[in-house]
Amino acid sequence: MTEKFEPTIIGFTCNWCSYRAADLAGTARMKYAPNVRLVRLMCSGRLDPTFVLRALSNGADGVMITGCHPGECHYLEQNYKALRRFLLLRRVLKGMGIEPERVKLVWASAAEGARFANETTTFVEEIRNLGPLNWGRFIKQEAEINESLHEEVPA
Amino acid sequence: MTVNGKKPKFAMYWAASCGGCEIAVLNIHEKILDVDANFDVVFWPVAMDAKYKDVEAMEDGSILLTLFNGGIRNDENEHLAKLLRRKTKILVAFGSCACEGCIPGLANLGNVGEIVHTAFNTITTDNPHEIYPRISFDVPEGELHIPKLAPMLRPLDQVVDVDYYMPGCPPESHQIAAVVDLVIKVVKGEAELPPKGSVIGVGDSTVCDECPRARNVKTIKSFKRIQDIAPVDPDLCLLEQGIPCNGPATRSGCNARCPNVGAQCIGCYGPAEGVIDYGARLITAFASVVDAKEPEEIEQILDGIPDPTGQVYRFNLAGSLLKANREAWKVK
Repeated sequence: MTEKFEPTIIGFTCNWCSYRAADLAGTARMKYAPNVRLVRLMCSGRLDPTFVLRALSNGADGVMITGCHPGECHYLEQNYKALRRFLLLRRVLKGMGIEPERVKLVWASAAEGARFANETTTFVEEIRNLGPLNWGRFIKQEAEINESLHEEVPA
Repeated sequence: MTVNGKKPKFAMYWAASCGGCEIAVLNIHEKILDVDANFDVVFWPVAMDAKYKDVEAMEDGSILLTLFNGGIRNDENEHLAKLLRRKTKILVAFGSCACEGCIPGLANLGNVGEIVHTAFNTITTDNPHEIYPRISFDVPEGELHIPKLAPMLRPLDQVVDVDYYMPGCPPESHQIAAVVDLVIKVVKGEAELPPKGSVIGVGDSTVCDECPRARNVKTIKSFKRIQDIAPVDPDLCLLEQGIPCNGPATRSGCNARCPNVGAQCIGCYGPAEGVIDYGARLITAFASVVDAKEPEEIEQILDGIPDPTGQVYRFNLAGSLLKANREAWKVK
């Protein structure tokens, strides 16, 4: 491959902290890797592991989940819930042959624009080193297999 | 009772399955006589002699009802799935294998090579000359073929269009009897079929809702295997006792059979209504009960689930969003 691999990363951010951290990074014109597509949630506790699985199965190379620092959740304790889901999800992904490092959890408060930018850049480099996941291409291949299934059967 | 003076046709086929679904159908006891009275059974390999060419010779759409159990693991399964789809008006994915892959779907955690190796060259198999099956073989009478394994197991709806789903490993007999009754009523013009794509013969909630065990505030400090807890509290929620019970994500319909007799739900009725990925829902449920805030302590508690992937996808791997381990789709 001559072209440099550009990872596609889906980021789930909490409305009260990390989304604002991203906002701050933007208004402060900090430079960071442009590979992350952010999806704003009301809280990291809203993160259903289905979101992560759907992102990975549809072509994302990595998923970044961000939330408020422990003890600072707008909804009291939901970020701990996110932490526990994240840790269990990583174990399940490992069993599916996906490197657990492809999913990352970052705590960033609304004031930590620089931290958000740095963590994003680091994560993009980590995923770049892991290489493409290509689960999306697999699904597409499978769709092609399914396509061939519509051939006439002898009858 | 009759269509144009003839009884409607019924077929049942097994693809990659264990045969338990067929037994479940026979387990509807005297109701099986209603099936015979109202249907002309044209194809049912486990119960009667019929050749594939007989099915091929039938008119398209001439079979009213086909219960298809088993996943699609090889080209024979695939051929029959496509064939029966063409010949059948109402095709039901019958049982967990056809709906979502079930236990045979767990083979998607490895690749075809591993499956064949496990079957033909492990300690339980006496195979000193390492003889492996071949897809085709020449004998004096001609060339013999055996079905070719696909890279992974697929549920029926990943291969053909499916009209209805009836989950369960196997589906409960009282549910089968109810569905048989319904179809007979439909044939007589006394009832309407549910909308296409419906999951039939099930409840509309989770196993927890049918479970009589008491639920308090679920918080646990460790996961344990059920055999390591003595005695198991007969009245308290199993998950609250630290036993990974799949009830919270599993569709109701079985009357919480397993929790009722002191065993954890293993999830054979598949994802509850509205659940997109069964494993994801279960991850959420298990993570919610873990009573810890520090990553190290959480990890320690999670160590109590020795096989997280197998635990949350026991019946649903082939039907999940990711479908298979990356190993399985490294097609050689």
